[in-house]
Amino acid sequence: MASSDVARMPEKAVRPLGLAGHVGFDSLPDQLVNKSICQGFCFNILCIGETGIGKSTLMDTLFNTNFENFESSHFEPQVKLRAQTYDLQESNVRLRLTVVNTVGFGDQMNKQESYQPVVDYIDKQFESYLQEELKIKRSLHNYHDSRVHACLYFISPSGHSLKSLDLVTMKKLDSKVNIIPVIAKADTISKSELHKFKIKIMSELVSNGVQIYQFPLDDETVAKVNTTMNGLLPFAVVGSTEEVSVGNKMVKARQYPWGVVQVENESHCDFVKLREMLICVNMEDLREQTHTRHYELYRRCKLEEMGFQDTNPECKPVSLQQTYEAKRQEFLVELQKREDEMRQMFVQRVKEKESELKDAERELQSRFEQLKRLHADEKATLEDKRRNLDDDLSSFGKRRAAAQLLQAQSLTANGKKDKDRKNSGFM
Amino acid sequence: MRCSTADCAETARKTEKDYVGFASLPNQLHRKSVKKGFDFTLMVAGESGLGKSTLVNSLFLTDLHKDRKLLNAEERIHQTVEIMKHTVDIEEKGVKLKLTIVDTPGFGDAVNNSECWSTITDYIEQQFEHYFRDESGLNRKNIQDNRVHCCLYFIPPFGHGLRPIDIEFMKALQDKVNVVPLIAKADCLTPGEIKKLKERLREETDKYGIKIYQFPDCDSDEDEEFKRQDRELKESSPFAVIGSNTVVEARGQRVRGRLYPWGIVEVENPSHCDFVKLRTMLIRTHMHDLKDITSDCHYENYRAQCIQTMTTKMNSDSRVESPIPLLPLNTPDVETENLIKKKDDELRRMQQMLQKMQQQMHEQDL
Repeated sequence: MASSDVARMPEKAVRPLGLAGHVGFDSLPDQLVNKSICQGFCFNILCIGETGIGKSTLMDTLFNTNFENFESSHFEPQVKLRAQTYDLQESNVRLRLTVVNTVGFGDQMNKQESYQPVVDYIDKQFESYLQEELKIKRSLHNYHDSRVHACLYFISPSGHSLKSLDLVTMKKLDSKVNIIPVIAKADTISKSELHKFKIKIMSELVSNGVQIYQFPLDDETVAKVNTTMNGLLPFAVVGSTEEVSVGNKMVKARQYPWGVVQVENESHCDFVKLREMLICVNMEDLREQTHTRHYELYRRCKLEEMGFQDTNPECKPVSLQQTYEAKRQEFLVELQKREDEMRQMFVQRVKEKESELKDAERELQSRFEQLKRLHADEKATLEDKRRNLDDDLSSFGKRRAAAQLLQAQSLTANGKKDKDRKNSGFM
Repeated sequence: MRCSTADCAETARKTEKDYVGFASLPNQLHRKSVKKGFDFTLMVAGESGLGKSTLVNSLFLTDLHKDRKLLNAEERIHQTVEIMKHTVDIEEKGVKLKLTIVDTPGFGDAVNNSECWSTITDYIEQQFEHYFRDESGLNRKNIQDNRVHCCLYFIPPFGHGLRPIDIEFMKALQDKVNVVPLIAKADCLTPGEIKKLKERLREETDKYGIKIYQFPDCDSDEDEEFKRQDRELKESSPFAVIGSNTVVEARGQRVRGRLYPWGIVEVENPSHCDFVKLRTMLIRTHMHDLKDITSDCHYENYRAQCIQTMTTKMNSDSRVESPIPLLPLNTPDVETENLIKKKDDELRRMQQMLQKMQQQMHEQDL
């Protein structure tokens, strides 16, 4: 990184100066502390482990509270992540804690893609921070840092070694996040088995090149305790939110028919060590490592991908500005090309549509003509028929009249004849 | 033998006049079976690290897996399932038992576990086939029964119930072998959690229709003690077990157990786990029932299926010589079957038409 390199290079003559009295800048750390207390702190933990291994219970026990958790089922088709954010306060220090849990990890039959959702989530958080950093008008001061600071990997207490899924997942994650492996449900392993188990796990991690988080040794005040703790990794933990009375106190414990496992008893499990290391001593270091190591690695890869370089082939440092301009031009040119293409396509389509419509119109017209002709023909035929009908009617009428006349004549003639007959009859 | 042989003999001698003597049959059976010896094949399946070997050692009080090599996580990424058999002869009070333990290392350990049980089902079917051939052979004096009589399936106690791999495995094996599910490493569960998990497992077994081994109901004329035992057994299924290879000192006695800083878990203490119930069921009371169901149910199903596929194959390809003597069965050949089918269809059509006509007539009348 450029800035820190500059600071460390021996400059021309920065000579140490002695002070003749009290100036007062020894209060700088205090000012810093006051400022950060006002601002509040933020910490993000990712818990990876099989369903039911005790991730939520351990979080509850660590932070002495009850995060609203619900039991997940074993039948998730894919691994998902569930993030929940809480605001906690202890004395006058405010902490914004985000706990991310995996859901359905280790349940599928084919676990080859199980690590992918976790990697995607971590990258997404880095990406949004990068975007914020690259903005013109940025507010890093108020930005809610969602990058994952610590990853607790829960190892199933088989007593033999790591599972194949554990190895594959940790290998994919070790360059992206601080991994702290823990042995879950450690009350099922006896002391001798635990020692062997821890050694086996660490040797497997080392032989496969997995880099887990090492507690920092550069600060003398905590170097000693950190060294001891580094040798006790991975921590074997037991979590419990229920309280059992032991002696005359109520302690967090699990009650079995053969005894009581006390969570905060160092000879029973390493919970206290985990809490101390994770929260009391090294929380700030975890955040720093995330920012200076993992995030910077991500940022470098991402920018190199986009075509940025720190030095161009002639070994002159290229400014971000120039590279950005070049990229922008490229982008604009391409945009223009695309636009032209689209326009041409549009024009062509319009032409096609027009010709189609014209054809349709012509067709309609011809049909109309045809129908009209048909109509006229039918009308003519109808007229003919009607004339014929009229003729028939009139001839029929004439004939009827003639017939009636005849009838009337014949009646009168008959009447005369009958009278004659009647008359002759009488006589 | 549930009623002691002494009692039977006594009741027989009470009525001397009607004494025939066949009340001593159970006695004779007892003697013969002791002379012949017994055999039993037990399969254990489950992910590695669940305590299968330890449990088998605790059950039979021996050390069966002296120098086994466990694979690393890296080697297990692409591991395939193998079958490993260990056979031991053990004897107790003159009764000899030839015990075969079939181990399945690699089950559920790889990253991709689709169809990882196919090796296991193939093995079981192979044993059935061997027995089938032997049974149908000419010389049947020394038939070796290598069929798997019982499969103990270990369910991890770390989850909330059955997982997809558990369901698929049990369903694949339910018609081939007696599946007895167990909750492994039960010393990580408090009594309340054990109860909840057992209920959940029973629910899910019903829901997904998995046919596990059911204890047979005892007859109504058994004594109360036996009935009570039987009821207890059924209620605590599936068993939550703990195994141990080491002997520790607890309450002044040396017992098999696990030593923790907070207490000692005794494997044979019924209030600590169901190990005693499992041992009673498996060895002391239900061993023969498991063998019976294997030969009467699973083997017979396999045999019937086998014969049917063979006869249809033979009929379609008459050149195939049957290695097994079969009686000429009355299975109709393909042509007549087709004819029958056609006639059936026609009949059905005629019936439908008749119905329609009747309806029409009915409507017309109205």
